[in-house]
Amino acid sequence: METQDSQMPDGAVTILPIIGLEIHVELDTETKMFCRCRNRFGDPPNTNVCPVCIGMPGVLPVMNGKAVELAMTVGLALGCTVRKFTKWDRKSYYYPDLPKNYQISQYDLPLCEHGRLEVPLPEGEAKTVAILRVHLEEDAGKNVHDNPTHTGVDLNRAGVPLLEIVSEPDMNSVQQVGAYARAMQRLVRWLGASQANMQMGHMRFEPNINLHITRDGVTYKTPIIEVKNLNSFRALESAVAYEIDRQTNEWQADNAFTLENLGKQNRGYDDATGQTVFQRSKEEAHDYRYFPDPDLMPVIVSAQWRDRVAAGIGELPLARRRRYMDDYKLTFKEADALTQDAATGDLLEGALEAGADAKRCVNLLLGRGAALANERGCTIAEIGVSAGQLTDLAGMLTAGEINATSAAKVFDKLVDTDDGPQAIAAAAGLLAVTDTAEIEAWVDDAIAANTQAVEEVRSGGKKQKKAFGFLMGQVMQKSRGAAQPGEVQRLLRQKLGLDG
Amino acid sequence: MSQLTDLTARRLAVAVADGQTSAVEATQAYLDAIASRDQAISAYNETFAERAIQQARSIDEARAKGAALGPLAGVPIAIKDNLATTFGRTTCSSKMLADFRAPYTATAVAKLEAAGAVILGKTNMDEFAMGSSTENSALGPTRNPWDTGRVPGGSSGGSAAAVAARLAAAAIGSDTGGSIRQPAAFCGVVGLKPTYGRVSRYGLVAYGSSLDQIGPMTRDVADAALLAGVIAGGDPRDSTCVDQSVPDYLASLETPIDGLRIGRPSEFFSEALDGEIAAAIEQACQVYRSLGATIVDVSLPHSRIDVDAKGQLSSYAVAAYYVVATAEASSNLARYDGVHYGHRTEDKVDDIVALYSRSRGEGFGDEVKRRIMLGTFALSSGYYDAYYNKALKVRRLIKNDFDTALTACDVLLAPVTPTPAFEFGEKTDDPLQMYLADVYTISANLAGLPALAIPAGLSAAGLPIGMQLIGPVFSEETLFRAAAMFEQAANLPDMKPPMIDESS
Repeated sequence: METQDSQMPDGAVTILPIIGLEIHVELDTETKMFCRCRNRFGDPPNTNVCPVCIGMPGVLPVMNGKAVELAMTVGLALGCTVRKFTKWDRKSYYYPDLPKNYQISQYDLPLCEHGRLEVPLPEGEAKTVAILRVHLEEDAGKNVHDNPTHTGVDLNRAGVPLLEIVSEPDMNSVQQVGAYARAMQRLVRWLGASQANMQMGHMRFEPNINLHITRDGVTYKTPIIEVKNLNSFRALESAVAYEIDRQTNEWQADNAFTLENLGKQNRGYDDATGQTVFQRSKEEAHDYRYFPDPDLMPVIVSAQWRDRVAAGIGELPLARRRRYMDDYKLTFKEADALTQDAATGDLLEGALEAGADAKRCVNLLLGRGAALANERGCTIAEIGVSAGQLTDLAGMLTAGEINATSAAKVFDKLVDTDDGPQAIAAAAGLLAVTDTAEIEAWVDDAIAANTQAVEEVRSGGKKQKKAFGFLMGQVMQKSRGAAQPGEVQRLLRQKLGLDG
Repeated sequence: MSQLTDLTARRLAVAVADGQTSAVEATQAYLDAIASRDQAISAYNETFAERAIQQARSIDEARAKGAALGPLAGVPIAIKDNLATTFGRTTCSSKMLADFRAPYTATAVAKLEAAGAVILGKTNMDEFAMGSSTENSALGPTRNPWDTGRVPGGSSGGSAAAVAARLAAAAIGSDTGGSIRQPAAFCGVVGLKPTYGRVSRYGLVAYGSSLDQIGPMTRDVADAALLAGVIAGGDPRDSTCVDQSVPDYLASLETPIDGLRIGRPSEFFSEALDGEIAAAIEQACQVYRSLGATIVDVSLPHSRIDVDAKGQLSSYAVAAYYVVATAEASSNLARYDGVHYGHRTEDKVDDIVALYSRSRGEGFGDEVKRRIMLGTFALSSGYYDAYYNKALKVRRLIKNDFDTALTACDVLLAPVTPTPAFEFGEKTDDPLQMYLADVYTISANLAGLPALAIPAGLSAAGLPIGMQLIGPVFSEETLFRAAAMFEQAANLPDMKPPMIDESS
C-alpha cells in the first residue's frame, strides 16, 4: 500500500500490518531424512535413533529420496520453480537437541522457490500469498524438561525431514495469517506430504510482523519482529494480534520505535498470557557459518523426475471445490467442507460414480458424517464408511425405503461394520413401513386419541398446520419412526377430509 | 619366528592358505614382536591379543574344513585409531574420545575382516589426524623405527611405524593432506591415498570430509594393491563413495606399462627440496628411462612452492588446504561437546555454554583447537568469501593444473616430503613449518587424485626417502603397475630398520 498524501486530515493515522510467515512442516515419510530410523511421533524417548541421527563420530548421512519427492510435490502444488541443481548446507549452532551441533539444511539454493498459495477467506473471498522459497532440512530433537534436576534430550525427532515454507510478507491481518496457515495445512495433508497434526508438532509457525504507520503523509516502519516456535493456530493468531497491538502502542509512546533504529528482533511467545516476550538481543545473534555439506552429493533434479512428481499431484483442493459447486450444484460451504482433505471428496465421488444422488450423499456426509468426524477428531473419510455403503444408503432414501431419521441411525452403525445399510436397517427395524393397513391402524389410533388436534385441523384455523404436524408426529411415534412419512400424510389428509 | 614377520602380507596369505604356517602362528609372531619392540616405538594405542588369536583360530578352522579363504586370510593388520570398531576403543588419540567405544565398525575395517584379516590393534596418530609427526597425540608420540630420536611422520605415524618395525604385516591409515604418504616416506614403507570416493569413509572419524580417504600402508607395492582391492568399492552408507567396479590390481601388477610417460612437475623440484631427495628422484627417473619410459617436464603453476629470503616456504596449495580442511574440521568436531558422549568436564558448571566450553577446552589439544579456531574464522560471516570461497577457487585451479598436466603424461612423479624424517620437537613451536611438511602431498587431496608413495632409497644418514606417483582419478591400477616396475628394477637397499635385527 502506498503512502497516503496530504489529503488526510492532520494527525490522522493509518496502520497497515505487514506479515510474513515461515511454516515448518514435518514430512510424512517412513524413515528419517538422512538415516533409516523410523519417523514416528510418540514412541518412548530415544528409541528411533541410530549412530547417524545421534551424530556419532565417523558416520555419514545418506539422503532420503522420498522426502525430496514430497518436498517437490508441495513446491509444485504451490506453483514454485523446482531447481535443477540444489545442494545441502550445514547450519552451525550449539544446542543439546542438535547432536552434530549443525543442522543439514539448504541455504542459498532452496529446492523450490517463487510460488503462490490462494487462500480462501470467509464469504468466498480469496487472497493470494506469494511463496519466497520452500527448502528441506532435518528436524532437531527435543529437550525434555520433566525433571527438576536435569534436562533430558529425546532424539527421536532428530533427523526427521522438515520442510520450511517461507512466504513473502503479503498478509495484512490476523485473519489472513490464520487463513493462510490453515490453507497450507489443508494443502500438505491433501498432497499426503504431512499429517500436519498440530498436537504432534508436525506444523510450527514463525511469523514476522511489522507495521507501516502513515501520519501526515509520512510512513513509519516499526521493527520487524519474528516470533519463534508457535505450535498452534491459536498461538499464531494471538501472537500476531498481540504484536500488532504492542507495536502500535510502542510507536505511539515513542515515534523512534522504528525498523531504522531497532532493526529486526526475535521474540518468544508465552502461551499462558498470549503475549510475546523479549528473547534474544542482536549482540547474541547467531552466525550460522553455512557451508556446503561435503558428506552429501548435490541433488540434480531432471526434467523427467520433476514431471513424474508433478503428474502425481492431481487436482488441488480449490479446483475441486470449484468443480463441486459447478457440477454438483453444491453451496460454497458444502463444497468447502468436502474438500478439506482429498479422501473425503474421493469417498463422495466414489458413491456418485456408482450412481448415488449427490444431494443425499452430501447430506449424509455433512450431517452424521461431519458430526462423527468431529467427535473422533478425524476426517469424514476416516470415520469408516465406504463408498459402497454410502451409495446403498442414499439409494434407500431415494426409493423411500428409509426415512431421513432412520438413515442417520443406520449411518452411525455403518462406521463399525462392513455390512450393507439394508441389512443394518432390517435388523434394527428401521426400514420404512409401507404396508397401508398397518399405517392406517396407527392413523386411526392417533385420530381417536387426539380429539382436540383433530378439531383444530378440521376447523381450518391458524392452528391447523401445527395440529396436523402434531398428529403426524403421533403416528410416527406409534410406528417408532418406521412409517413412511408420505403414506402417513396421505392417509391423515384423506381421513381428516383435507383433500376436499 | 622372525621369518614370519618378515613376510609381506601377500606372501603370508599364501603361506597360510598353503598350510606352510597357520593364522594363529602368524598372529602370535606379531603379538610377540609387539611385546618385545613396541615399548621402544609406541606404534599402538591398544592391541587385541585375545580377539586376534580367536580370529586367527577361526581362520585356521575354516581352512581345516576346506572352506574358501579370503585374500587376507590370517594376515595380521593394524588400523589407525580413527577408524570406528565395535571392539576396543576409537580414541583418535584424543582425550575427548579416550573412552569412546563405537557401536559400529568402519566399512573399510569390516571389508578387511571379511577378507580374513586379523586385526592386531589400533595405532597412534596425531589427534583427530591433525599433524605431520604424531607428536600431537594425547597418548604420547610414536618413534621412527629407523631412528627413535626422529618422528615417524603423521598423522598415520603409528601405522607407518608398525609396518616398518614389523609390528604388523600391513596397516590402514587415513590421508587428508598427506597423512598416509608422508609417514610412509619417513618410515620407508608404501602408502596409497586412493582417489576421493574410491574407499568408503563410513566409520572414519571425519577431519576434512572433502579430502579424507582411507588407504593401505604396506611393505611393498603388491601388498598395497592387495589391500586396496579389498577396501575399495561403493558403499550405500557413504554417498561420496563411487559405486564403480574395482579392478583386480594384483592381476596386472607384474605387467609393465609400454611407453609409460612420466611427468615431472617443475614446481616440485625447486630449492625447497632436500638435495638427497632430489637426487633419489633423479635416480628413479634414470631407472624408468632404462625401462623404456619417457620423462616429460610438466607444470602445476598453482602448486608452486616459494622460498623467501629467510628460507621460509609458502604455497597456494598449503594455504588453500588449511582453509578448506579447517573449515570442515570446525564443523565436523562441533559434535564433541560433552553432552551425548565423549569427555565431559568434571567441574561444576552453571549452564550449558560452560559445559560446552569446559568440556571442549579440556578434551582437545592445542593443534585441534588451533584448527577449529582457524576454520571457524574462515566460515564466519564477512570472511567467508575472502577465505573459504577463495580457497575453493584455488582448489579448482589446482585441480585444473593436474588435469592439464595429466594429458601430457600417464603419471606424475614427485617428492613426498621436503626432507627426510625430522627430530622430535624440531617443528612443534612453529605450526606453519609443520604444515609445510605436507607441501608436496596436499595437492593430490585438493584435486581428489590417487597418489602412491613408495621408498626411493636411503639418505646418507640412513633415513628413508620416499617418492610419489600421482595419476588421474581411478588410475590406481596404473600407479601400482608403474610403481612395481620401479620397485623391481631399482635395486634399493633392504628397507628394514636396523633396530629390528638389533633387538631380536
